[in-house]
Amino acid sequence: MKNEGNLQAVSTTVPCIEFRGVSKAYGSNQVLRELDLIVPARQRLALIGRSGSGKTTLLRLLMTIERPDSGTIKIDGEPLGWHELDGKIVWRDDESLRRVRGKIGMVFQHFNLFPHMTVLDNVMEAPVYVLGLSRAEATDRAHHLLSLVGMTEKAKSWPRQLSGGQQQRVAIARALAMEPRIMLFDEITSALDPELVGEVLRVVRQIARDKGMTMLIVTHEMNFARDVADRIIFMSGGKIVEDGPPEIVLGNPREPETRSFLRSILER
Amino acid sequence: MEFDFQYAWRILPALLDGVVVTLEATLCGIAIAIVGGLVLAIVRLSRQPILSTLAVWYMEFFRLTPLLVQLFFIFYVLPQYGIRLNGFVCGVIGLGLYYSAYTSEVFRAAIEKIPRGQWEASTALNYSRGATWRRIILPQTPPIVVPVLANYTIGMFKESALLATITVNELLGTALKEASVTFRYLETITLVGLLYGVMSISASLAAQNLETYFEKRR
Amino acid sequence: MLLSWPQWEFLLRGMMVTLGVALLAFPMALLVAFFAGLSLLSRLWVVRMIATTYIEIFRGTSALVQIFFVFFVLPLFDIELPPIVAGVLALGMNFGAYGAHIVRSTIQSVDRGQWEVASALNMPRALAMRRIILPQAIIVMIPLFGNEFIRILKATALLSVVTVPELTFSGKILVGHTGLPGAVYSAVLIIYFATSFPLAMSVRWLEARIQSRFGVVSTHAREG
Repeated sequence: MKNEGNLQAVSTTVPCIEFRGVSKAYGSNQVLRELDLIVPARQRLALIGRSGSGKTTLLRLLMTIERPDSGTIKIDGEPLGWHELDGKIVWRDDESLRRVRGKIGMVFQHFNLFPHMTVLDNVMEAPVYVLGLSRAEATDRAHHLLSLVGMTEKAKSWPRQLSGGQQQRVAIARALAMEPRIMLFDEITSALDPELVGEVLRVVRQIARDKGMTMLIVTHEMNFARDVADRIIFMSGGKIVEDGPPEIVLGNPREPETRSFLRSILER
Repeated sequence: MEFDFQYAWRILPALLDGVVVTLEATLCGIAIAIVGGLVLAIVRLSRQPILSTLAVWYMEFFRLTPLLVQLFFIFYVLPQYGIRLNGFVCGVIGLGLYYSAYTSEVFRAAIEKIPRGQWEASTALNYSRGATWRRIILPQTPPIVVPVLANYTIGMFKESALLATITVNELLGTALKEASVTFRYLETITLVGLLYGVMSISASLAAQNLETYFEKRR
Repeated sequence: MLLSWPQWEFLLRGMMVTLGVALLAFPMALLVAFFAGLSLLSRLWVVRMIATTYIEIFRGTSALVQIFFVFFVLPLFDIELPPIVAGVLALGMNFGAYGAHIVRSTIQSVDRGQWEVASALNMPRALAMRRIILPQAIIVMIPLFGNEFIRILKATALLSVVTVPELTFSGKILVGHTGLPGAVYSAVLIIYFATSFPLAMSVRWLEARIQSRFGVVSTHAREG
């Protein structure tokens, strides 16, 4: 079912995101093993686990930055670019890829702001050149989003003049400007000094509250995950080990591996 | 042997005309070199095995053989295939092809220096490949590329003297034509040296300023 | 369209002259480069001035202009040199100027700490330069001067305009005899390439060996 309005309710029979038998290896390192995952629309899903457990790779595959070795990824029932057909990985045409990919937005651990543009231009850039918005519309949208993330006064600043927390908030605004239906957050506070983490998480909590988009959040911040997520997945060795609501996965996990992981986190 | 200042003054205007031709040749040449270098760099970065290898061989060939012979080749061989180009055009093509083998390395290095995250962010914002290059990647190349291109331009300005051997009336060519009539090599060649020297030294100083400007903006 | 064997031979003999000229000009350039490069680092302002002037003159004008100067102007001052000597002189001075920058920058690139250690050991400046600094600089210089040699090899082609019988001049003569510029100049280009390609590969191999052994990053000399 194709949807132009990104925040409309979607048919509940077709899952928003679907991974089927997805595997990915880097050299001899098998990062994802035959992963199956279904994410319904509007769900807030947190992914936790040790580094190398595959959670970041999962996000990157979804964003089509990486390609799977095997398996299929579908958005609203449509396969994303790379998918398996008769046992081979084939590339669906570029047109449909970009159409499907346009529903997804991502915020990266290292912000990746465009250094050769001001904050305002960073947020306006893709809406104008990819979505074809007029400069006036894009400016309005950008200002609205910058105030949402609390960066209005810095609209004319350059990325290198900003702190990490400020840059990350701009990055969030930039991603939101594309009005995605699915937002991916890849350890967005891991590269920040501790005192800057709060301001970024505050913004994400607000987004989770006010906007009805599907969110996948890779994070080490357990309290944050508990607050924001409807569902938490603990990954290890490229597989989903535990999957359930925060009260269970974080409060009373079933799997021993989950327990030991949480213990090690708390001890930090 | 006395330096005839009056004679030198008299031939100066003609020599300055030659300088204009030199500048024209340099500008056209560097334009071709930039376009050619970009194309080669993109080909090499595209990881297409056949095209990439061809690009590498092109670069090796043009960098390891003398520009003078390349110019002779273009100037003397093309007419045999019915392509009659004048010396200036042959010279500019020769300069452009030769220097593009060098500029492509600069472009490639500058593009590779851009963090992967920029490519990923562009993908996440659903940019097409063309838009990614045009809006995000290429605009971030100037800090590295411009100072080096400035130096190559100055180098090309000096090497344009080679065009005198294929009948182009740039600075050296004009001077030699004059000297072949009056046999006053002292004044002509000294003036040529002075003109080249003054112009390229001031250009080098300007280029150094460019370099510091870009250094500061890092 | 291919050349006959005697024609190839003719060209190859030209290549011999090319190599001869390059092998004469290169050591001269090295000498000049060291002299001028070290002068650039002198503490005497006058010495630095003279060196800078020489370098800027020879880098500011192209080699071709310098060749014409030596060939046409010097005789007017009763300095008659045979073409080959004139050529070697011009190339030597020209590449000496570029080499001076290589010498200076490699010496300056040696870690400051080395100088500090030398003075802590109470070494006089000259001794420190001779035993500690220069050896380290020379290691980095080797591949850079290797590239300069290849550039000298290419520059010998310029001597064809003053009738030095090197490869390009031989080519011009052969074109005059045969009227086949395509075949002749292709052959000339191939011979240049066949000579410089192995040299270039060797320089890169050298560079890699040096980098792995001594961990120094070599900066590429600017093309001119």
